[in-house]
This record gives sequence, C-alpha cells and structure tokens, in this order.
Amino acid sequence: MQSIKQQWFGNVRGDILSGIVVALALIPEAIAFSIIAGVDPMVGLYASFCIAVIIAFVGGRPGMISAATGAMALLMVPLVKDHGLDYLLAATILTGIIQILFGVFKVAKVMKFIPNAVMIGFVNSLAILIFLAQVPHFIGISTMTYVFVAVTLLLVYTLPRFIKVLPAPLIAIVGLTAVALFSGVELKTIGDLGNITQTLPSFLIPNVPFTFETLQIILPYSIALAIVGLLESLLTSQIVDDMTATESDKNKEARGQGIANFINGFFGGMAGCAMIGQSVINVKSGGRGRLSTLVAGLFLIFLIIVLGDLVVKIPMPVLVGIMIMVSIGTFDWNSFKYLIKAPRTDAFVMLATVIIVVYTHDLSKGVIAGVILSAIFFVVKISTLKITKQDYRYIVDGQLFFASTDAFIDYFKKEEMQEKNIQIDFSNSRIWDDSGVGALLKVKGMLSENGIKVEVVGLDASSQKVITQLDGMTSSH
Amino acid sequence: MYKHILLAADGSENAVRAAKEAIKIASCSSDSLVEIVYVANIDKAKSEVLHTRSNEALNLERRKKIQNIEQLLRDASISYNVRILHGAPGPEIVKYANEQVVDLVIIGSRGLNGLQEMVLGSVSHKVMKRVNCPALIVK
Repeated sequence: MQSIKQQWFGNVRGDILSGIVVALALIPEAIAFSIIAGVDPMVGLYASFCIAVIIAFVGGRPGMISAATGAMALLMVPLVKDHGLDYLLAATILTGIIQILFGVFKVAKVMKFIPNAVMIGFVNSLAILIFLAQVPHFIGISTMTYVFVAVTLLLVYTLPRFIKVLPAPLIAIVGLTAVALFSGVELKTIGDLGNITQTLPSFLIPNVPFTFETLQIILPYSIALAIVGLLESLLTSQIVDDMTATESDKNKEARGQGIANFINGFFGGMAGCAMIGQSVINVKSGGRGRLSTLVAGLFLIFLIIVLGDLVVKIPMPVLVGIMIMVSIGTFDWNSFKYLIKAPRTDAFVMLATVIIVVYTHDLSKGVIAGVILSAIFFVVKISTLKITKQDYRYIVDGQLFFASTDAFIDYFKKEEMQEKNIQIDFSNSRIWDDSGVGALLKVKGMLSENGIKVEVVGLDASSQKVITQLDGMTSSH
Repeated sequence: MYKHILLAADGSENAVRAAKEAIKIASCSSDSLVEIVYVANIDKAKSEVLHTRSNEALNLERRKKIQNIEQLLRDASISYNVRILHGAPGPEIVKYANEQVVDLVIIGSRGLNGLQEMVLGSVSHKVMKRVNCPALIVK
C-alpha cells in the first residue's frame, strides 16, 4: 500500500479537479437524500461535508467518496417520522460507535461471506427505492412538472456526448433553474421543502433524554444503518480497488466510517456511507488520493455558504430528473442476463432480496434474509449425496456430514445386495464430522448383521484413523 | 524494424486477427517485443465487481479473455508481455502508447461493443487519431 504522503499528495492536480467535480455532483444528491429521509436539506449537506472531510483522514480507501447516501436515508424514514431529527442524530452517533466496533473486531472479513446474489439484489432494490421515492414529487402535480423532468433526463443523457468538462447534471440544474426563474412557471422548488442555512455546522448534543427507552428506540435503526453503511462502503471500496488497480485496508475503512458518522452526528449530519456513483465519478475525473475526498467536502460547503440562496430556487422536477438518472445508474442492468444464466438458487436469492427490500422499505432486512436464504441453499446443495454402484463397489460422490447422513444411511437401507463382500469408495467424498463417521459405522454395522462384509476405501487420512479406531472398539465387544 | 509493438486486445474476434498480423510483423526481426494491452473499462467496474466473487477472480477472468492471443504468440515463439490497464479503453491505450513510446500500435477495427460501432470502432478511431506512432487497424 502507498505511503501516507503518497495517499495525500501523490496526485494533487487531479485530486483538486476531481474533488470540485464531485462536490458539484454531490449537492443535488445530498439535498434529495435529505428530502427522502424527511429532514431539512442542511442535514444531508452537513453530513456530506463532515463525512467527506473526516473520511479523507481516517478512511481506508483513498479516492473513495463518502457522504449522505440514499441507502442510509431510506432506513431513517420511520425514525424521523415518529421521533424527529434529534433521535436521528443520536442514532447516527450510535451507528458510528457500532461501526468502530465492527472495524476493531475486523468484521470486514465477514462481508466476504455475503454472496454476489445478495449484493446484486442490494443495489437493485436500492435503485428501485430511490426511484419510488421520486414518484410523489412528479406524478400528478402539473404538466410543467412532467416537462421539466423529461427535459432534465434528456439533458443529463445527451449532454455528456458533447460537453465533457462539466458534469451534465450541473448544466441541467443551472440552465433549467434559469429557465424556470425567467419564465415564471409554477414549479415546486427545494425552498418549498426545507431551508438552506448559509453557515458552517456547529457542535451540538442531540436533544434526547439519555434513557434506556431512547436507546431502545434508536438501537435497531443504528444496527441497520451500521450494517447497510458498511456493506455499501466495502462494495464501493472493492470497486475503487479495481478501477485504480490498488489495494485498500477494509477494516480501517470500517473504523473510519464509524469515526466519521460518530463525529458527524454531533454536527447535525445524518448517517452516511461510501457512494458508488460518486466514487466512480471521482476516479473517472482523475481523483486518486485522499485530497480528492477532502476537496469534495470543503468545496461543497463553500458552495452552499456562497450560493445557498440560489440553491433553494432549484425546481423540484429538475432534482427529480437527476435522481431518476441516479437510480438508473445504480441499477445493475446485467441482472436480467444474470436471472437467466445464474444458478436457479442464486437467481431466487437475488429476486427475494429485492422483493423483501421493496416490500419492507428496509435494505438491511433484505440483505439479512438473502444471506440466510443462500446459506440454506448452500447447505442443501453440498448435502446432496450421490451413490453409484459398480459391481460390488459403491462410489460416494459429495460431502458426508450432519446434513447428508440421512441420505447416506437410507440408501444402504433400501439397497438389496446380492454380494457378500462390498466396497464403499470415498475417493470423491469426504467425511466432515462425527455425524458422518457415525453414519458410516452404522451402515457397516447394519450390513454386517446381514452377513455382508464391508471394506471402506479412498478415505482421507484423518477420517481413516477415526474409523479404524472406532471400528476396533465396536468389534472388540 | 518495429521493436516494441503494442497489441490492443479485448477478447474479440478482431483482436485475434490483429494478433495474427502482429505475429507476422514481429517475426521479421528477432528482437521484437509484443506488448498485449487489455483495458478494463472503468464504466463496467461496478457490474464486474458485483458479478465476481473477488478482485482476484476478476483479474483472472480478464486474463482469460486474452488467453487465446497469448497462445498464438507463444506458438509463434514471439517474445511478449501482458499489461492490464484500467480506464476508458481508447484514451488509455493512447496514453500508454505515447508514454511508452512504442514503435507500432496494432488494433482490431472494432471490438465487442455492438451496434453503435458498426463501421469503425470508436476505440480504434480514437487510437488512430491520437497515437504518436504508426498504427495498424486490422479488419
């Protein structure tokens, strides 16, 4: 891995430029995610500023962008609705503590056990939920709303062909806000949904009673936020690792996300995590080092302080158009091919993850269900045992352990044997546990009662040893 | 003659044909080195990471895409090495070719990307326009 100096100052020019591009792309998302969570735009903007700046110092993956995200915002909705902003800030701080613990106890490794099917389901359901969150802001409001959403989408998808220096969403925002202001069309604006305060965030302690009851309210949310945040952060870091052909410290990243959220909560920001889309923008714009993340955060808050009163004039339909683009970009379009080509159980797990998330509006529930489902499928798959007969030889294919012993014993119970001497061949099999050893001994005993002599061949050394020892014991009395 | 030949490869049929031409040219002198360059497209990174178990598996998969070309060069006893770059295919090849001051770039006329590039692949087009050395586009 690179030296600290290299991580900070190895790519100064590229990092500053890309940081600026990311800051511009971050603002609409931070605002939109605040609206999804049901809080003031400032909560998402402060979060994006705090997290980006802190993670630049303590993160494990240089060049990755972390800020307020859709995945996290979607989890907070009920908490904000039922208990308000202060509980959200308290939950954010607790999320930070849990994530720091994840980092300390090296939970990042566990993420390796999450199957691809679940991760694909995760990004797809995230995309669907971000899209669904936009629906109330453009369906059945006014004709002009539809027009502005459509024009925004047209601009963000066609402009990049001609203009490569400036991000297309920024041009769409500036251009269409100007059009809306000068033409005087009736459109909802960001200002209608919340305020922009043109000040730096300041330290505060969430105004919640420090009681067990409060903990009971926020803990479930914090656990879900911690898991989802870590999941998206580690997926993103893997993507950045690949794009830049470098490696990163996953446990340091988990700890870093925790530190960032912990401090962020005290400065009025909502919990966040790494962002796939923004990190890709950063790397594509030439960002590689920690400086890019720092510049993104600093430039974002600078823009808000300077241009805050213009930001509130951005029409909602334009923001909606940009968020539809974000959701299209988040969706994994190879999933359709995956559904056809992947093993049936994987395709099922992916679909189940999506359906559970979309139904419950909770990404963590979908992920947990997906992981449990695939674990069950995995056990079922490896517990299938095939036994084929060749003359006097029974060849076992598959793993013999607690889940497959019944199939093994049943086969020999049902089998009608003519031979007096048979062989059971374990060359293509392996005995994993005591249940497996027990099952083999049981079959041997069963057959010898019928006067059939069994020879076991092809066992690995350790199982062979156990079998010989136990066999000796049983025949001695 | 051409000492340092850059052969762009993407796993397509055209790339294999380009490799065959590279072999013809490299065979002309004994000290020619063919550098097989494969660009992992940054735009596909998200999807590729989602659909493979680990970054190691992903790199192996990329290596497999140029396996047949490696085999051709081995069979022709041409000295070669492989480089996997990350970025946007066209610009990345150009940047690398110009930085390394290669003597010749060989590339298929179009790669794996579909309809939009029926005539001449955009990657081949970009490379042709911007590379500072002779380029051979193979039909």
